[in-house]
Amino acid sequence: MISPNLVKDLSALLGAENVFTSEADRQCYSYDSAVLPPKVPALVLRPTQTEQIGEIIRLCYEAGLAITVRGAGSNLSGGTVPDTVDSAVILTNSLQKILEINTEDLYAVVQPGVVTAQFAAAVEAQGLFYPPDPGSMSVSTLAGNIAENAGGLRGLKYGVTKDYVMGLEFYDYEGNLVKTGSRTVKCVTGFNLAGLMVGSEGTMGVISKAILKLVPPPRASRAITAEFADVQDAADAVAAMIAAHVVPCTLELLDQATLKYVEADQKIGLPVEAAAMLLIEVDGHPGQVADEAAIVEEVLKKCNATGIHIPKDADEKNKLWAARRNALPALARARPTCVLEDATVPRSKIPAMIKNLNEIAAKYKLDMGTFGHAGDGNLHPTILCDKRDKEEFARVEAAVDEIFDVALKLGGTLSGEHGIGTAKAKWMEKETSKGTILFSQRMRRAIDPKGLFNACKITGI
Amino acid sequence: MSDITRLAQTLMKLDDRLADCMRCGLCQAVCPVFGVTYREADVSRGKLALLDNLAHKMIEDADAVEEKLNRCLLCGSCQANCPSGVSILEIFMEARQALVDYRGLNPVKKFVFRELLTHPQLFSAMMRSAAPFQGLVMRQKGAKTYDMPLFKKLIGSRHIAKLPSKSLHAKYGNLHTEGQTGIKVLFFAGCMADKYYTQLGEACLKVLKHHGVGVVMPSNLTCCGIPALASGDRTGFVLETRKNLDVIGRELVGGGIQYILTPCGSCTATLKEWWPHFAAEFSPEHQKTIATVAERVMDINAFLVDVLHVDETDKGVRGPGKVTRVTFHDSCHLKKSLGVSEQPRKHIRQNPNYELVEMAEADRCCGCGGSFTLFHYDLSKEIGQRKRDNIVRTGATAVATGCPACMLQLSDMLSQNKDEVLVKHPIEIYAETLPD
Repeated sequence: MISPNLVKDLSALLGAENVFTSEADRQCYSYDSAVLPPKVPALVLRPTQTEQIGEIIRLCYEAGLAITVRGAGSNLSGGTVPDTVDSAVILTNSLQKILEINTEDLYAVVQPGVVTAQFAAAVEAQGLFYPPDPGSMSVSTLAGNIAENAGGLRGLKYGVTKDYVMGLEFYDYEGNLVKTGSRTVKCVTGFNLAGLMVGSEGTMGVISKAILKLVPPPRASRAITAEFADVQDAADAVAAMIAAHVVPCTLELLDQATLKYVEADQKIGLPVEAAAMLLIEVDGHPGQVADEAAIVEEVLKKCNATGIHIPKDADEKNKLWAARRNALPALARARPTCVLEDATVPRSKIPAMIKNLNEIAAKYKLDMGTFGHAGDGNLHPTILCDKRDKEEFARVEAAVDEIFDVALKLGGTLSGEHGIGTAKAKWMEKETSKGTILFSQRMRRAIDPKGLFNACKITGI
Repeated sequence: MSDITRLAQTLMKLDDRLADCMRCGLCQAVCPVFGVTYREADVSRGKLALLDNLAHKMIEDADAVEEKLNRCLLCGSCQANCPSGVSILEIFMEARQALVDYRGLNPVKKFVFRELLTHPQLFSAMMRSAAPFQGLVMRQKGAKTYDMPLFKKLIGSRHIAKLPSKSLHAKYGNLHTEGQTGIKVLFFAGCMADKYYTQLGEACLKVLKHHGVGVVMPSNLTCCGIPALASGDRTGFVLETRKNLDVIGRELVGGGIQYILTPCGSCTATLKEWWPHFAAEFSPEHQKTIATVAERVMDINAFLVDVLHVDETDKGVRGPGKVTRVTFHDSCHLKKSLGVSEQPRKHIRQNPNYELVEMAEADRCCGCGGSFTLFHYDLSKEIGQRKRDNIVRTGATAVATGCPACMLQLSDMLSQNKDEVLVKHPIEIYAETLPD
């Protein structure tokens, strides 16, 4: 039960219009994009100045109210679903100023709620490049990307969010401001707390500012698509490209089931007989791009690609890339519920992983399509179901358990980019060790003594 | 059974469609209302979650859900961008009806939808009697816009144009013309082009006559029904549509009508999509008419370009004076519901006295949303301001759009900002190139 005094204090701090107490409003912050049961928070708070974050935390922490931070609520592991009904959800989406884009020193300073795609566009307008491009970037926020260490299609060549965080400011449980990192390329001043915050899923504190690295954009690029009669050939092609020292900026795979779903939905003339399709893009200096494209073509031929297409212009590339863009929508439209996983394996294990995924789908009589980032082994097995059908959903849950078992057996990891949240917390120890869980919990208790920052997430506290 | 249980049961009919939403939240990127409020309850994901909860009796406060649900322009931007293909507009329309059935309809809306809009003569008489007196209550604000402080309760502080002295129907009566091409159309002017933007209705008739198209324009057509539908008033919608079906059905019997044209994106979308969607509310005879109408109805821009190909044959003559820089706003119903966006631009390019420049976010909603603007004027203005800024940034001195409701909103926004930018329909711009 929330005390009227707390609501009064928070209203005085934020303005009554930024303290949501009605049931209808609060219910709208009980879920995110993960397929998990909702939990309705007691309060929803919307700071409009970053300084207010510290005060909010201090008041809530003193009152013993749990805290869940939320950007766009687009994460896929439940990181923004409150742990308990005695929670305050802190919204960052009114803190969306880009404070600085520095074209001389190649960095930007942003508030937490800046939308990723809008930031990328603003950076591009200044002639620079911010590469992380998670699938939800049209709505996701930068602090959300940092808290989840979001990836995207460009991970193989350009890295993921963690590779672009130069510095952070965040508020701790007492409402103190913590600063870490700097605007400089090199900085060893103090602990690498920014590294700790990246991927912390709201368990350490609340990010109020970020310094992000920018890079010069590639001057040229070229796209190629290829079809294969055997997934093994596609995986061999991926490995052979890397072995030939070509690191494509995009290296995406769609399996046969996904191709069929996309074709049924979009009718764009996809090769539905193919076992897999690769979408490849190389970028960089024009000369280098021409050389690398030639190597890629050669590798594809050697690896028995049954069809190789090189689009002539941007229009044609867009048409070919539509297959990848429409993969998730086409799968999502097939059935009401769409369980999107992101178990990741070493590149060389992709064929074994796909074989196992198909066997799991058959064993549990489920519809599944797999697509994803072949270059970094980050696949998205997507199970199509109806969560209202309890019997079917029990099979889904059993299948997901088995997918993680297989990924771990192949030397992979539970999550490439979606995070652990509550969705995958129970498998944490299996991948790591008892010691890892204990170490993480002890560390958490030291910086969150009451256990109020997203306590159920990742390892528990 | 309690009323709330009955409401929940009615909403459970939407359950299969509600379950399609996977809560990805990508609607946040395109929703105009969310774009100014940043509240989850204002974006479709939040509204769908609340309806789901109401259907499953996880929330009892139906009033609060209705209040949230009504904060929506029904612009369809979310549906056009929804990865899961959720039938958001259908769900919202049907949910609004269920909530009105449960709570009753606001008496003002009841009078407007069930009396005024179902009786075209009454509506016209009211407008006619208002026209001579408007000078007494209107204060000039822009070159051709006025506000009406005495009527603030009804129209807010809106800047509107003067009412024409005669509606299109009053001027032409029951119009039946034959054209040289042998093509005959039924012209459904819609309330706005009939009673308010009469010059637009006349421009349409002029263009059709010029191209030898025969026109049937019955004088007793009424509102297309979208305002009633959007307000959840099924009864009002059915009353209005029955009258239209009687009139159109009689004209169709005579034969020879190949197309039904409107100059309004919202009217076209209603006749093409909403009449068939709610066909079960009508008699078998009316259902037949609905099917025929849905098959033959077209936006007038699309008809002129796709059927008559006037853009290929008809190059306008450059007149004296400077070229007017014009930009184009895509009406939501025209582009997102009907897929019409190139045709109106072609009409503008047909007039060499205009130079078309594209604005940023041309297809972002202007914030009118029909009756949304009446009940949420402050929100509507905030959304409209972004559209106004995009228009002004092009340096254009005119803006065109294929929907009279958008025209009303754009001229209000521009006038409130003291911008000297004319608002026109693409057909008006095209008609200027044709001899009188």
